[in-house]
Amino acid sequence: MSKVSARLYRRRRLVNHVSLTFSFLATVFGLFWLFWILWTALSRGINAMKWDLFTQMTPPPGSDGGLLNAFAGSLIMCFGAILVGTPIGIAAGTWLAEYAGKQRLGEIVRFVNDILLSAPSIVLGLFIYELVVHQVGHFSATAGALALALIVLPVVVRTTDEMLRLVPSQMREAALSLGVPQWKITVQVLFRSAMPGIVTGILLALARISGETAPLLFTALNNQYWSTDLNSPMASVPVVIFQYAMSPYESWQSLAWAGAFVVTIFVLALSLIARAILVRNKVRND
Amino acid sequence: MTNAPSSFALQTQVAPARTDAPAVVAKMSARNLEFHYDSFQALKGVNLDIAEKRVTALIGPSGCGKSTLLRIFNRIYAIYPRQVAQGEVLLDDENILDPKYSLNRLRSKVGMVFQKPVPFPMSIYENVAYAIRHYEKLSKADLDARVEHALRQGALWDEVKDKLKQSALGLSGGQQQRLCIARAVALKPDVLLLDEPTSALDPLATSKIEQLVADLKEHYTIAIVTHNMQQAARCSDFTAFMYLGELVEFGETEKVFTKPVKQQTEDYITGRFG
Amino acid sequence: MTVSSSDHVVKSYDDELRRLTDEIQRMGDLALTELEAAIAAVIERDSDAAERIVQSDAAVDALELEVSQDVIRLLALRQPMARDLREVMAALRIASDIERIGDYAANVAKRAIALNQSAPVRPVYGLPRLGELAADLLREVLAAYHERDADRALLAWARDEELDRLYTSMFRELLTYMMEDPRNITPCTHLLFMAKNIERIGDHATNIAENIYFLVHGTQIAQARRKDDRSASVTESSLPHR
Repeated sequence: MSKVSARLYRRRRLVNHVSLTFSFLATVFGLFWLFWILWTALSRGINAMKWDLFTQMTPPPGSDGGLLNAFAGSLIMCFGAILVGTPIGIAAGTWLAEYAGKQRLGEIVRFVNDILLSAPSIVLGLFIYELVVHQVGHFSATAGALALALIVLPVVVRTTDEMLRLVPSQMREAALSLGVPQWKITVQVLFRSAMPGIVTGILLALARISGETAPLLFTALNNQYWSTDLNSPMASVPVVIFQYAMSPYESWQSLAWAGAFVVTIFVLALSLIARAILVRNKVRND
Repeated sequence: MTNAPSSFALQTQVAPARTDAPAVVAKMSARNLEFHYDSFQALKGVNLDIAEKRVTALIGPSGCGKSTLLRIFNRIYAIYPRQVAQGEVLLDDENILDPKYSLNRLRSKVGMVFQKPVPFPMSIYENVAYAIRHYEKLSKADLDARVEHALRQGALWDEVKDKLKQSALGLSGGQQQRLCIARAVALKPDVLLLDEPTSALDPLATSKIEQLVADLKEHYTIAIVTHNMQQAARCSDFTAFMYLGELVEFGETEKVFTKPVKQQTEDYITGRFG
Repeated sequence: MTVSSSDHVVKSYDDELRRLTDEIQRMGDLALTELEAAIAAVIERDSDAAERIVQSDAAVDALELEVSQDVIRLLALRQPMARDLREVMAALRIASDIERIGDYAANVAKRAIALNQSAPVRPVYGLPRLGELAADLLREVLAAYHERDADRALLAWARDEELDRLYTSMFRELLTYMMEDPRNITPCTHLLFMAKNIERIGDHATNIAENIYFLVHGTQIAQARRKDDRSASVTESSLPHR
């Protein structure tokens, strides 16, 4: 190698090493915060990390208890939100991908969906408050579920749209060449192809709403006792965390941290499962 | 088929006829066909006959319009907006470009296989049975028989008969393409359109498919678009050379490759693109 | 119709075709030289020159081998089509014809050595004329190949008639001489074979002309070849009496 290229080569290697080091440090930095959060939640909430957490109700101030009603409430409302948001989301996403996507109208709808996607969740909560709570006259789990559904909806629309568009056009053409009508193809062939991606989208939406607090604050409110009545206020983990963390009671603070830890782990698990589905699908299809 | 003029009459005088082959008639004919993508004209006044129960190859450089032409034959272009075809395409003397001609009926008579093998994300059995189910209500035994017949015609039966319920995505590239061919012939079409069917396959898989084409032409009319001139020379009975949207030369394959009429054709097939 | 105006996109293909053509040219030149030298050796009764000519034929044979190998390589590696295919096939056939021409010319030279053992006989003076005609024919045909000129080849093709007629008359003359005097039989027989060889050279040159025509037009010459070699039907009664 000539002197000039040797020098260039050395410089390139130096730049390479420096960049790698910086990237590595940045990764460590990011992961550091994640682990610190988990550690903090775990250590602060260790007192409440007993089986009671999952078997006892939220206690009155100063006493010990659990978060059973909060977990149940979160589960019910999240499930309800998914139930409402997913079908509409998939239908809308399908329409965008298969029928109207390339036209002007489709572009507009996509744009509006993106706005909804990044709308502040408190605004969505306020909207449902006005529309449902105010009309009905009281807080309810239904309202909470609806508010969460408004968060789920744009995520599912976006994911369905993207995943369906990823299906190669030749598959559509191949199915159409057989004389099978468009709607049948969409349901029987395209969905099967895009399903792993759509499921991932739903899981990620779920991960997001399980930690949302603001919309629940003035739709489902909170409930100290066990309740599965959709028409009345219901407890949820984020709201309970909000309430307990700011309180002066030790037992409540521990519970709040424990709840935070559980929710974080739950979200982490959902993300990992979503990732696993995508990887398995990719490996199978390549 | 009274009105279809035989443009083959002159051609077949020159070469000795295969004594066992049926007479050459046109199954599909393009008449004054024009095609536009937006404002770009992809086909200019194309007149072409596709012979029944023969293999017709379409060759030409990229962008000459051969794939475009093929895709008009089953009107698959119709799903894209701003793509317009004018003129006539006759199948058994009926104009398939007429809006009144049912797409469903067209696609049951004209099947297509694409460049990239695209098996559906289902089992092998389901892939073949999928379209049959859409058209006919068959008992399980009848359906099984149809699927087996199609897979045999696709030269795939022996390799998959023990794993019909497995996902089609587990097959090799060559097998997947043969599955796509089996899927297309399952509907017993009259015409098979093959759009560069072996571009994505290795030489052995390519040979198997070429053998398959030779077997299939006994029952089906076949039109094949290919980049590979040697493949066109090996597989086809008639060859059409296209350039920039026009049909430059059409004739018996032997003639086109040994003594083409037009200088343009000769330049292309000898590698002198001028 | 001349060579296609544009070259192959892959330049090495053109190089290989050109190499083939050059080999044919060299073969043709060598064979032509052999023929002319053989005739000269007969006239000058130069046995040493004749010997050298016989040796030189090996070069033509070697070239034919090279042409065969190049043709096989071209066919396998390039899959030539249409005109290119005809070029390659024509080269193979023409090389074979030229190789035979070279052999015949060498035969003439070999017989010249034997002829020189006897005294000269009158018919020997007819041989140069025959040889010149054949050499002209060969020269024309080689030029036609160089130019890929089918019309020129066709003209040369028609001249074989003249060569055949001259050969037939020489055949008669030789027979007459042999009948007159038994001492003439040996030299005349040699001359007979030499004349026949030269007539065969003419036939092979005509073959080359036919190949050139096919190369250019892709079809055979429509007319049948005129064979005016009537020697096969010569009988004693048809000979002029002395």
